[in-house]
Amino acid sequence: MNQTHYLIAGASHAGLEAVHRIRLIDETASITVITRDAQLPYSPTILPYVVSGQSEPDRVVLRNADYFKSQDVNLITGNELIAIDEAAQQVTLKSGEQWHYEKLLLATGADPIIPPIPGLSETPFHVLRTMQDAINLRTHAGNAKTAIVLGAGLIGMHGAENLRHAGLDVSIVEMCDQVLPGYFDNQAASVIEVAFNSNGIHMLMGSGVVKVEPLESGCQATLENGQTVQADLLLVATGVKPKLDYLKGTSIQIDQGILVDRTMRTDAANIWAAGDVAQAADFYKDEKVMMGILPNAVTQGAIAAMDMAEDEALQPYSGGVPINTYTFFGQQAISVGQSVADEQTETLSRVDDDNQSYLKILLKDNQLQGISSINEEMDAGIMWQLILRKIDLTPVKDAFIAQPLETGRALMSSTWR
Amino acid sequence: MTAYNTIAFDPSRCESCNNCDACITACAQIKSGTDDPLHSRIKIVAGINGNQPELALCRQCGDPECTKSCPSTSLTKNEQTGIIDWNKSLCIDCLLCTVGCTYGGITYNMTLKHVAKCDMCDGDPACVKACPTGALTYLTSANIFNEQHEREDLFVPGLSACQGCNSEMIMRHSLRKVGPDTVLATPPGCIPGMGSVGFNGTTGTKVPVFHPLLTNTASMLAGLKKQYNRMGRKVTAMALAGDGGAGDVGFQSLSGAAERNEQILFIVVDNEGYMNTGMQASGSTSYGSWTTTTPVGTEMKGKPTNQKNLAMIMMNHNCEYVATASTAFVEDYYEKLDKALEASERGFAYLHIYSPCPTGWRFPSSQTIEVCRKGVETNFAPLWEYERGGELQFTHSIDNPLPVEAYLNLSGKYRHVNEQQLAHIQQEVNDRVKTLKRFAGLN
Ligand SMILES: Cc1cc2nc3c(=O)[nH]c(=O)nc-3n(C[C@H](O)[C@H](O)[C@H](O)COP(=O)(O)OP(=O)(O)OC[C@H]3O[C@@H](n4cnc5c(N)ncnc54)[C@H](O)[C@@H]3O)c2cc1C
Ligand code: SF4
Ligand code: SF4
Repeated sequence: MNQTHYLIAGASHAGLEAVHRIRLIDETASITVITRDAQLPYSPTILPYVVSGQSEPDRVVLRNADYFKSQDVNLITGNELIAIDEAAQQVTLKSGEQWHYEKLLLATGADPIIPPIPGLSETPFHVLRTMQDAINLRTHAGNAKTAIVLGAGLIGMHGAENLRHAGLDVSIVEMCDQVLPGYFDNQAASVIEVAFNSNGIHMLMGSGVVKVEPLESGCQATLENGQTVQADLLLVATGVKPKLDYLKGTSIQIDQGILVDRTMRTDAANIWAAGDVAQAADFYKDEKVMMGILPNAVTQGAIAAMDMAEDEALQPYSGGVPINTYTFFGQQAISVGQSVADEQTETLSRVDDDNQSYLKILLKDNQLQGISSINEEMDAGIMWQLILRKIDLTPVKDAFIAQPLETGRALMSSTWR
Repeated sequence: MTAYNTIAFDPSRCESCNNCDACITACAQIKSGTDDPLHSRIKIVAGINGNQPELALCRQCGDPECTKSCPSTSLTKNEQTGIIDWNKSLCIDCLLCTVGCTYGGITYNMTLKHVAKCDMCDGDPACVKACPTGALTYLTSANIFNEQHEREDLFVPGLSACQGCNSEMIMRHSLRKVGPDTVLATPPGCIPGMGSVGFNGTTGTKVPVFHPLLTNTASMLAGLKKQYNRMGRKVTAMALAGDGGAGDVGFQSLSGAAERNEQILFIVVDNEGYMNTGMQASGSTSYGSWTTTTPVGTEMKGKPTNQKNLAMIMMNHNCEYVATASTAFVEDYYEKLDKALEASERGFAYLHIYSPCPTGWRFPSSQTIEVCRKGVETNFAPLWEYERGGELQFTHSIDNPLPVEAYLNLSGKYRHVNEQQLAHIQQEVNDRVKTLKRFAGLN
């Protein structure tokens, strides 16, 4: 039987940060990392740019082979965790290999949701989560002229823009009335939608797809409102969901993802989970939520690893804060924290129609709840800290509202010194 | 492990420029060829509610968060320089790095349509050169760590110095650099008191060390050195002495050895008094200082007489080399130590290190270096060097000093000082600088 002290399933942001943190305080214990991908680690966030050709697959490797060698980490590529025996502390890989572990981190991320649309299973389509997906889509886009993107979430929007950059005529079909629902308020969403429209992307909003069928070359989608769209290729981007088949037979509790506590521990002894696979505390409400964003995967990976390596500097997870820095056709939409006001929030906003810029601040008890902006300079990291640290803005409220950027910088700089 | 150079920021000096923005303009110029502050990677922001100004600038973090959030590998820590390099050709403008950074160190530039961050101008930062008040400084003392940390610390761990002791730092730094071919004398004082000579047949030092009397340190060392010379062995004869042991009780032997130009490296750690025996005043104790023998009461208000300036006295012995130093300016000290070591091959080399004492002077142990720094910056403890036959050279500018209160206010031993005494001390500092300037051929 293969033995390892730390076993990490997943070699992306959460898993890699965990490796880094473990090695900061434990230089010698064995670490084994398993990834489903055949290639060295990369970020799923880069994939739309691989599709457009802006990023080359071999130039976006997050850690190269030398890194793993220098850190004395055994990286197993092209294999998969398929079963866990928690009592025996061992896992089985797709290859049949078995590994005994002392501590196991599940950082296997999420996978695309395939919606139950009639005809979809008979129609060739793409998804975008792995490097192989991106290479397939890029190859196909190279000899396609038109594309349909199902879903105006982050992946769909990034995918559509990059397909457009690759020269395709693109239509986005979205069930909701606004793009990026849940990420931005409707005001920001409408600026984004206008930019997409004016860059030649057809935005088919507010109507779901009821049927998909293959054509001789490409496909046709029929919308709720009866409209039909045809294209050479179809990208399905209707959300993500972790694949958790490997948990069968374990005591690990799941809801939408693996339920973890504030140190990223699952219900099973010696097993942690972090990143897109995990469902952890929310910052605002007393519930566990799926975050699905990169900075959070890094934070959770760090916390899990510090707990696993018994790092005394560990601070429990303060809860997920949604953060999106979204660039589209040279513009930026940024949202940190709560983006839609409720009864308890005080909302202050400033809109500049000429520049198509806006800024919105949500406060509660003079603490920052959320801030969002379009085409305004914004230090997202500083705003995130102001929210997380529940910094009392009472003494600087006017200054903060007038100049959130400068005031935020001064506040963080003063806490740093 | 490597240490790196860094840009340091002193908000108290920044305040005095009244938002001159010279650094911001200089950065914008070098990065864009325009004065547009938008292009500056350094931002000075007004302090909260009238407090001192604050700085938004990349800290070139040791464990950077920006790189971890970057999906494209555009951001990497350069192992050689420590700088977080940004590679434009890889960047996808996702702004995730700005989520990682909590200092406003990497920000989106609306005109360039890219993020931008400080790259320290390839080791010659424009902002530092432009700063008129010295609020920004480029610290290169990391080199000392890189060069010295491989060498052995020749004192044992666990010496029982007070928390925040400057003397312990001086001892360890000095002997590490001077090296193992040394015979060390530590006359009575804090240095042997903290265990460097050892107890009951053990030693606290990894080179031959002895404990002379206060009175005969320099003469014993002179004899030892002569014997080593006779044996044909190249050994540094080094003293680590306190100010009392050197300037008061041991002065006749010190003066004699200097006069004979004996090959000795004599280092004085000046904490202005006999601290390990209970904080009595010495000849080096400065005017107005509280000590147990110069108390503060209805009659006496601390030490009634001025300190004697031992370094200047030694210069007047026309030694091979004489210099003053401070641990707040450690690069300067290392250069002087090199010169002194070389000079001690030829004859007498004397180093006088100001060594504020947290216990005896009554300041928090975390403030030792700050007290050292303010001593120099107020001209209370000016840094200079002298080589036999030459002129005195200042190694830290004596122009535009801070008022002497900036130094006095840090230590409890001056807490009682009244206006009159303050004026006296300021006058004393001014006069001393004037005298030194004459030796430097300036006036
Ligand atoms: C197109 C796209 C655009 C995005 N844009 C943004 C953005 O702008 N901002 C943002 O914050 N986030 C964005 N994200 C989300 C972000 O990429 C994820 O939140 C982040 O990658 C999560 O990291 P993770 O380590 O949890 O999982 P993942 O990055 O999903 O990595 C999972 C890892 O686990 C491995 N794995 C999976 N199953 C197994 C198994 N059974 N056994 C072993 N290994 C396994 C995989 O090979 C991979 O190495 C985007 C995602 C996509 C797809
Ligand atoms: S940009 Fe920010 S996080 Fe990155 S190294 Fe600089 S200060 Fe640190
Ligand atoms: S904006 Fe560029 S440097 Fe910053 S995280 Fe994105 S790809 Fe990396």
